[in-house]
Amino acid sequence: MTALDVVRLEDVCVSYDGTPALEGINLKVAEHDFLGIIGPNGGGKSTLLKVILGLIKPERGMVTVLGNPPDRSRTKIGYVPQYSNYDHNFPVSVIEVVMMGRYGKAGLLKPYGRVDRAAAQKALTRVGMLDHAAAQIGQLSGGQQQRAFIARALVSEPQLLLLDEPTASVDSAMQTDFYELLEHLKEEMAIVMVSHDIGAVSVFVDKIACLNVQLYYHGSREITPEILEATYKCPVQLIAHGDIPHRVLREH
Amino acid sequence: MFEAFQFEFMRNAMLAGLLASVACGIVGVYVVVKKIVSMSGSIAHASFGGIGLGYLLKFNPVLGAMIFTLLSAVTMGLVTRRTKLPEDTAIGILWALGMALGVIFIGLSAGYAPDLMSYLFGNILTVPFTDILLMAALDVIILTLVIAFYKEFLLLSFDEEFGIVVGMPVDALYLLMLCMVALTVVVLIRVVGMILVIAMLTFPAALARQFTHDLKKMMMLSVVFGMLFTFGGLWISYALNLASGATIILLSGLVLLLSYAVTGLRGKVKARGGPA
Repeated sequence: MTALDVVRLEDVCVSYDGTPALEGINLKVAEHDFLGIIGPNGGGKSTLLKVILGLIKPERGMVTVLGNPPDRSRTKIGYVPQYSNYDHNFPVSVIEVVMMGRYGKAGLLKPYGRVDRAAAQKALTRVGMLDHAAAQIGQLSGGQQQRAFIARALVSEPQLLLLDEPTASVDSAMQTDFYELLEHLKEEMAIVMVSHDIGAVSVFVDKIACLNVQLYYHGSREITPEILEATYKCPVQLIAHGDIPHRVLREH
Repeated sequence: MFEAFQFEFMRNAMLAGLLASVACGIVGVYVVVKKIVSMSGSIAHASFGGIGLGYLLKFNPVLGAMIFTLLSAVTMGLVTRRTKLPEDTAIGILWALGMALGVIFIGLSAGYAPDLMSYLFGNILTVPFTDILLMAALDVIILTLVIAFYKEFLLLSFDEEFGIVVGMPVDALYLLMLCMVALTVVVLIRVVGMILVIAMLTFPAALARQFTHDLKKMMMLSVVFGMLFTFGGLWISYALNLASGATIILLSGLVLLLSYAVTGLRGKVKARGGPA
């Protein structure tokens, strides 16, 4: 018996007011995959994540998550939205934010209980943020906030983790720590991460895909200049993989 | 001031102030953190249509206001969620339509409209006991909703998109929150008037936010500030013979601005690494 695909997209098309955002997307994510999706801003990266979450219904094509339509699998998806999506002065503590991830388990009208608090503390421990549990969310640094939001995604014990531009707010010194955390997490779940930061993504992910309305997917993490150019519509920096990651700049 | 307590109208005024502070303190916190201040202002002004209807059909204008605020809250919620009409356009339309209807209804009602000014600008000294009972009932409903839906309203205010992801019925909860605002407007109308309601929904909560990062503490502080402003304003208006509703608002506005000024100065001192 073959393992069930965690995510499966077949010929998915989405458009906003007639302008295509995603066109003919085919994608498979297996268990323990760590897939990085890169592409320019406005290339449909966030849209693709929202299709996987079931927040956007495609006009054409089929989406399944863990064998079911996305809205039925949502409790098994952990989602880390883009950093800028909330009010940083909001009067809420880190542990309260993390407990929001337990909503699906607690359900409507039932207050969070001791089990939920324990799960939140465990998730904060995993991301190394337990000491900051009582802090107001906006008092943390960008990297710490990102960890708190990953804890919120982990607290429901997901089988799929979706990250939208997770490194945008993380300073470069913290990025390696951050990717090491993801390395550990992929032992337990599939991870899909979108980013416009080509350098960072390609070093740590197992598989890479380029997205600009269409998806250029090729399983391995080797990117050819042709694929990058097709994605970005201009020559770009190309990263070569070796023992030490380094960049090769092609002629412009 | 103390001899004033022996009068029934003064006791009623204190009771009205107390009930109004509870509603505006708690719901005001959501209005501020969810950033629906203009939305709430629109709902408050639309209540004038109901007040006018009350005059025209000769029933309690406060009940008319309740019908109109609830209707406009639901309309507002549905229009902003289900159509592409920009939110601030919807706010403007509802705001003006409600007021216009009120003016027409009052014009149509025979004779002159007694104590119309008290609905527009509030008069805490003339709140009848039946309205106090209504205010108490609405306070109970609001408190029950906030306790029951605390975690839902927190998530709704903080990160709606994540609420959808974890399967929360965000649109229904948003409607419920707007209806709570509508009921709070009704509680406040007699105290500060429909035009100034928005101040009581904003000032105490905004001031409380200066002192805490905890939503529950913010609600409690905001209720306390609401009471201090109401009673302080009432006392000043009594001593200086000023309009009570406007005095309450002016007092709370001044304290809020003062608190912002102090915070701003402190921030500057800190930024300069100033005196220890």
